[in-house]
Amino acid sequence: MIEDKSWGWRMFKILNYFILSFVGLICILPLAHFLAVSFSDRAATVGGLVTLWPIRFTTASYELVLQAPLFYRSLIVSAQRILFGVSLQMVVTILMAYPLSKTAKRFKGRNVFMWLLLIGLFTDWGIIPWWLVIRSLGLMNSIWALIIPPALLPYNVILMMNFFREIPQELDDAARIDGASHWKRLFQIYVPLSIPAIATLTLFSVVFHWNAWFDGMVLIYDVNKLPLQTFLRSVVIGLDTSNLALQAGSGQFLLYSDRSIRAASIFLSIIPVLLLYPFLQRYFVTGIRLGSIKG
Amino acid sequence: MISNASPSSQSQAPARTSKLSTYLARSLPLYIMMLPGLILLILFSYFPIYGIALAFQKFNPGLGVLKSPWVGLENFRHLFTLPEFWRITRNTFIIAVAKTVSLQFCAVLLALMLNEIRSRIFKRSIQTIVYLPHFLSWVILGGLMLDLLGSTGLVNQILRQLGSKPIIFLGSNDWFRPVLVITYLWQEAGWSAIIYLAALTGIDPVLYEAASIDGANHLKQIRHVTLPGIRSTVLLVAVLSLGSMLDAGFDQVLNLYNPVVYPTGDILDTYIYRAGLVSAQFSLATAVGLFRSAVRLILVAIGYFLADRYTEYRIF
Repeated sequence: MIEDKSWGWRMFKILNYFILSFVGLICILPLAHFLAVSFSDRAATVGGLVTLWPIRFTTASYELVLQAPLFYRSLIVSAQRILFGVSLQMVVTILMAYPLSKTAKRFKGRNVFMWLLLIGLFTDWGIIPWWLVIRSLGLMNSIWALIIPPALLPYNVILMMNFFREIPQELDDAARIDGASHWKRLFQIYVPLSIPAIATLTLFSVVFHWNAWFDGMVLIYDVNKLPLQTFLRSVVIGLDTSNLALQAGSGQFLLYSDRSIRAASIFLSIIPVLLLYPFLQRYFVTGIRLGSIKG
Repeated sequence: MISNASPSSQSQAPARTSKLSTYLARSLPLYIMMLPGLILLILFSYFPIYGIALAFQKFNPGLGVLKSPWVGLENFRHLFTLPEFWRITRNTFIIAVAKTVSLQFCAVLLALMLNEIRSRIFKRSIQTIVYLPHFLSWVILGGLMLDLLGSTGLVNQILRQLGSKPIIFLGSNDWFRPVLVITYLWQEAGWSAIIYLAALTGIDPVLYEAASIDGANHLKQIRHVTLPGIRSTVLLVAVLSLGSMLDAGFDQVLNLYNPVVYPTGDILDTYIYRAGLVSAQFSLATAVGLFRSAVRLILVAIGYFLADRYTEYRIF
């Protein structure tokens, strides 16, 4: 491309860098402000003195949150739902995508199943029927209520199926002629060749389970069984820090405030996403490609 | 079928059944693989249909769906006379349209601006930063916004420095909708730009060369090469987002609103949640939900029909 060296274009380029930097700052400053609040002491946070740098640095708020048994328990629930929820979702997705990636001639009934899945994808009966079904299955107040319902996401199955369909048919044919069963072909040809797609869906599934809060709010009654984001909601949206502050030892109350406690618990819950973020970024492109494949 | 067959084909019957049994023996694993997904699909996508019955009943949780009295369309008749029903439908539509339109506009703009950046490091850093909020839940973002926009929050701190009066953003019916749109843009604009950036990298560089040889300056190249290059992506996103015209963002609204802003901020989903799961008015909530699902389904269908007709998009 030939560089345009006109005056107007140069002005535009400078302006462009300037605006984009501004957009970047707008995205990052609220988080930086919160980080500063979480490390500041009570007088500074209550008085609204903190901007982007901690005032009278203290880790009291973090100590308080990390010592709260309910925070710990909710963290364990979230870890459990990620461990079981993500693996179940991936197993179900892969197992269902494989038969659907076959032609209707190879797999009789394929189109019927495909239509069932598509209707499932496009219909949404709303939260009341969803809630009633989970209740009638007896899953209420159990971690399985958070794991089983999202185990099948029709959209993920379709993405996986499209990826399987891109694998050269000759590989499958050769293995079939050699007498390899469907199980063998799935796990020794399709799965190894689909690692980028599986990694993408797994990462997004981890983020989904980590961020889910509404299901915990309406399906779990026992405060000891809440996942982290649902518990966090009672702290940062319900503005109820009593569950955390009750645990505090004496003499510490000059160091933290409701505000710094909320900021600290928000930050603690962002850390796992930040740790995953570099990996997520690596797979954005795969994700986009997955979404745009045409059959 | 076999019993009606002519004598000559009867001899083939055993062969046909054995063909079927070999097919089954070989393909049984496929059906076994389908099973877990199929059970979940039926449980969570088809079984909920029975819940729709509630919309036509005077549902009593003690009696259950089977024994609750049927009232026909009474719930809907009641619903359509409720002033708040029209209010929440209007709010939902206004918020959803404002969010969708402004998001796509900002996303295209952001993609075009990022596309003009030659410094790879700068581009990568900005991308890394603007995609991040997409991965944070609305509990976290709601917590951030409640604090930032609160009376002692950073925004009012700045306003006070500038000598202006503090604004109660989340307690004002003038401000609530703009706040919803702006915070939504803050979360999603970067992420939504990805699809346009991908379309922009797909434009053949030869086109730019040809245009500049023909004497087109940079602005003209954007107008005649870049914009036509992403036209089909914009069109596709536009028709597919038809289906979200009733999706005003339940997660976001539920974590930001309060009774003061119900007149401008209460939407179908939050109303369904409150009526059904908070006040246990199951029949009313299900009726609203059914209304929402039906309109949504029609919009989704129109969107995919248009996408199928006018773009190259195919879902499978």
